[in-house]
Amino acid sequence: MSTTQTTFDTRLQAVNEADSAQGLLDAVEALAELNDTRAVPTLIQVLGFNNPGAAVAAVEGLIQIGVPAVSPILKKLDGYNYGARAWAIRALAGIGDPRGQSLLLEAAANDFSLSVRRAAARGLGTIRWQDISADKRSDAMLRSQTTLLQVTQDDEWVVRYASVVGLEALALELPEIAPITQRLCQLRDQDDTMAVQARAQWALEKLEKP
Amino acid sequence: MSGVPHNPDGQPLTLSQALININQTADPGLRYYAAWWLGKMRVCSPEAINALLRALDDQTDRSPDGGYPLRRNAARALGKVGQGYDDVLPALIRCLDCDDYYVRETAAQSLESLGEAAAVPKLVALLDGGVAAAVQVEGKPHLVQPYNAILEALGSLGDRTLATTITPFLDHDDTQVRNAAARALYQITGEAQYAERLVKVLGHDQLQLRRAALMDLGAVGYLAGADAIANTLAENSMKLIALKGLLEQQLAQQTDLCQDSRRVMTLMDSLL
Repeated sequence: MSTTQTTFDTRLQAVNEADSAQGLLDAVEALAELNDTRAVPTLIQVLGFNNPGAAVAAVEGLIQIGVPAVSPILKKLDGYNYGARAWAIRALAGIGDPRGQSLLLEAAANDFSLSVRRAAARGLGTIRWQDISADKRSDAMLRSQTTLLQVTQDDEWVVRYASVVGLEALALELPEIAPITQRLCQLRDQDDTMAVQARAQWALEKLEKP
Repeated sequence: MSGVPHNPDGQPLTLSQALININQTADPGLRYYAAWWLGKMRVCSPEAINALLRALDDQTDRSPDGGYPLRRNAARALGKVGQGYDDVLPALIRCLDCDDYYVRETAAQSLESLGEAAAVPKLVALLDGGVAAAVQVEGKPHLVQPYNAILEALGSLGDRTLATTITPFLDHDDTQVRNAAARALYQITGEAQYAERLVKVLGHDQLQLRRAALMDLGAVGYLAGADAIANTLAENSMKLIALKGLLEQQLAQQTDLCQDSRRVMTLMDSLL
């Protein structure tokens, strides 16, 4: 048996045998660190354990593994409880696979949890657009734009901040950015949170550069 | 229905009903809720302020431990809406002598949020006896004075001359009191050594203390702590709030985006 094989098996076992919150967190971090697609089912399982520390580590692990994790996440999604679903959406937002876009659109606009809306808003700007066929790409980008513009009115400052980050990333990929820059100008001048104003100003500076 | 307490289930309270509720004594629950509501809704009309001031002298609403729940809510509300009313400062200062620990705590917090520097001598007086006197009350889950709130208020309202009074509290047994002292000393002296004590707490074993240190560093806007904040083992939501504090402190000094503001935003972006 190769060393890699042994390491993987040992770490997988450690996750299954963890008997404390801290133990689980450490074990999940160690497993995620291997960046091994075989860890995907276990990392997904951890999302449902109601252990926020371990869930964060699992989400980070899934994001690192990236595209190969998407299809298993989507397959399991319907069976998730609310908490696990929220973590899964954060993983999908981080990966940016187009197959997750419709979930992100829904989550950014309507999810109950601000951390999920925040992650989804950021994720809508950083979809892997090149993975969408050329004839469908601009429609997909416009869907992100429409929802992100709506999310700039969220009640929570951090979600509005994330929508600005999402819009900036999206605008860098779009030929026509007037609707985005118009809205960013409004946020820079009128948002009631200084941090959001500043982020909008910075986004505008980046978009104005030739 | 005028004068009758009325708070229909599921119906949002209206301003006129809230004023009726806070001015009656038949139903302490409605009065308690109305006091909270006036603060929450930022109602700062003279009528509301006078009603809240009367509630600070209430004798009717008593908790099993002898506390004054209504006074606590009224003191908190006045911290939100009492700006610009001359009677509020002396009333809140009187609250610092109340038997109820939580009334004293709330009053200290409200005096801080109102920016009432005139309260400093009275707040300092509550530290009499220094660390030796700052012990737990037998049978209660708290110390003899609300030291955290007092030290925090002094950090916001006081100046360097308080350093000798506050410094001994850096060695108090209670971590939260030590943190409050470090935070206050950083605010009144601007010396990094005090903020660095809070940065050290970001590596503490207990999540609750790491979270508290994040909030403290955010509140004082300690820029040099930005990376340590971003790397703390805690929820991204808490780290984002702390970094927002740093960023806004920076923006208050300089409206143009400087290099430091960009650096903090880069960290914030990575935590979304």
